[in-house]
Amino acid sequence: MTLHRRTLLGSTAALLAAPAIGRAQSGPIKIGVMAPLTGVLAAGGREMVDGVTMFVEQAGKKMAGRDVELVVEDDGSNPDTSLQKARRLVEQAKVDFMMGNLLANTGLAVAGYVRGTGTPYFIPIIAADELTQRGRIPNVVRVAGYSASQMAHPLGDWAFKKGYKKIATIGQDYTFGHEQCAGFARVFSNAGGQVVRQFWHPLNTSDFSPYLGQLASLGVDAIFAMETGADATRFIQQYASFGLKQRIPLLGAMNTTDQSVIRTLGAECEGIVSAAHFAEGSDVAATKAFVDEHVKRFNRIPSLYGFAMYSCTMWVAKALEKIGGRAEDRAALLAAVRSTELDNSPLGRPVKLDEFGNPVYDVYIRNTVRRPDGKYWNVPLETYPRVSQFWKYSPEEYMRQSPYSRENQYIRQG
Amino acid sequence: MNRGMLWLLALLAAAVMPLVLSSYHVDLATRILIFAVLAMSIDVLAGFVGRTSLCHGAIFGVATYVVIWAMAKAGLPAVPAFLAGVVAATLVAALFGLLAVRTSGVYFLLLTVALGMVVWGICLRWTGVTGGENGLRGQDMRPALLLARENFYWLVLAVAALAAWAMQRFVNSPFGLSLRGIRDSESRMRALGYNVPLHLFVGFAVSGFFAGVAGAMYAFFNEYVSPSSVAMGQSVAGLLMAIVGGVGTLFGSFIGAAAIILLENTVSWYTDRWQAVLGLVFILTMIFAPEGILGTIRRLGAVTRRAR
Repeated sequence: MTLHRRTLLGSTAALLAAPAIGRAQSGPIKIGVMAPLTGVLAAGGREMVDGVTMFVEQAGKKMAGRDVELVVEDDGSNPDTSLQKARRLVEQAKVDFMMGNLLANTGLAVAGYVRGTGTPYFIPIIAADELTQRGRIPNVVRVAGYSASQMAHPLGDWAFKKGYKKIATIGQDYTFGHEQCAGFARVFSNAGGQVVRQFWHPLNTSDFSPYLGQLASLGVDAIFAMETGADATRFIQQYASFGLKQRIPLLGAMNTTDQSVIRTLGAECEGIVSAAHFAEGSDVAATKAFVDEHVKRFNRIPSLYGFAMYSCTMWVAKALEKIGGRAEDRAALLAAVRSTELDNSPLGRPVKLDEFGNPVYDVYIRNTVRRPDGKYWNVPLETYPRVSQFWKYSPEEYMRQSPYSRENQYIRQG
Repeated sequence: MNRGMLWLLALLAAAVMPLVLSSYHVDLATRILIFAVLAMSIDVLAGFVGRTSLCHGAIFGVATYVVIWAMAKAGLPAVPAFLAGVVAATLVAALFGLLAVRTSGVYFLLLTVALGMVVWGICLRWTGVTGGENGLRGQDMRPALLLARENFYWLVLAVAALAAWAMQRFVNSPFGLSLRGIRDSESRMRALGYNVPLHLFVGFAVSGFFAGVAGAMYAFFNEYVSPSSVAMGQSVAGLLMAIVGGVGTLFGSFIGAAAIILLENTVSWYTDRWQAVLGLVFILTMIFAPEGILGTIRRLGAVTRRAR
């Protein structure tokens, strides 16, 4: 390492300031991790925690030379519980920063709380558009995450270029579903495609036959499905057993064909096209290494949950490196996180945040493909470079318009 | 030492707590007080009218929604918003009361579950107003004087004490006695010339009013509300607190709320299986102390007094 005069001056200043911060720095860096560890989302929550521990262990349980202490809390998939646990992490465990949560409403609840405390809060899974757009909070950053409509926009573009003219969408009737369907429908219809009809079903729908019957009779070229968790599993299974799989191509939101869904499925999930920044079946060396290591440790191919939390931890570790491990200095940590360009993530290419705290990604159009061992995974077909959360619209104009919702799907008629 | 003195001492002890507790524990204590008021409002019906309600969580949540909506969307100041929340909850309770008073036993239970689900469904689907699944966030809702959590705690303590006193007066008033009469024998009360449905209706509305007070305080405590605040889980939590404390003891709700909230928060520190531990505690309570904690203490007290 070459020592420049400025760094020398900087370190002298740091030495002079040492008595003040020395005591605070002597302990470990305390990281609060929140994930749903009970309830229906417990499997995803477990993978989130695994992602964090995997990186921390690989890094020798140290970040920027300091020991790392993880304080893991169960958010119960419930916003009120999350809020209670966040309070506990900040006020009792006195963590330096927090990350995690899976459901948008749990993340929004915690975000509202940390707005008051100023605790840095990183949300690699919480996709609620609002948090890095109109309702952004200075200390809440979507490190290694994505906004809900970010991946749906390029898929809409791809679908039109692929030659589909008429499409119907089906999605879960809550904000995450509304945002993704709107992203898809807006880009597809503005390119010249026709969104024939949109279906919304309640979360935890066990029987999709009323919807599948209608979808089958619309005469569309393709169907876009925005499903998560058990709904995704059931939808894909019933789509195949209704005989629609052979007739109408199925496009999915990234979570519809996430590894957490398709690892329990068979041939019925083959050939579903989705868009995402991460594809576990990519042949990029860094991705392969990550996937192999994950399989070795946990005996399963990583899902988005594991990947996102792993990358987020890596990102923050790199930022801490830049500021000499001063995790207590919130302003410095946030600034470092925002300016960090992550070049060694499992994606194998550099990622950085836009000025609103949401990453800009090269987005893959992915296809679910059978592996030689009989499992299925997502393999890249095409790449859309540098996709921001605003797609090709100007951020200012985008945020002046009302947010995506059930009513505001931005579908252009005719 | 009589019972009144004992409660005064407990109140004093509660009042000095913020001076010794950490900020996090002051928050926990505030939460306990708020939920104790909810549990007491349920106990008014369950313990003194013989009607176990599973929609009080929804009534509580209506107040929370209305307060946050009134402040964040309608721009009302804190006090009118608080009152609006309580009024809204009371109106909802009155409406539910109209529908529910003609039933009793398991039918009452089921009807209140259904009514609670209606509120939950509306909060989930009426996205334009309630924010749907994502809920509503309030911002800087507390007036400047209440920003310090100790001050807020003291206010909640004062309101909770006042509510407890009022509920105690209510169930021991002549009107409350007639409610107990209805609990013990509805047909006899009717034969004596009491207007049973009217009594039940008023009892339900009063109980809903107190659930609303708790819900409105919760709005300022949490500054966030989502459908899970009006879901059945909330009603069940309130009822469990009343049961663990002792149904029909009223003040047992404070003990029940403290026991459950402290358990939730300490056990989850040590194990992911905290819900299993909680379930075990409930089962053990039901087997060994079916009258609840305070109920059991009172029974044992009575036994020793008789032995003396």
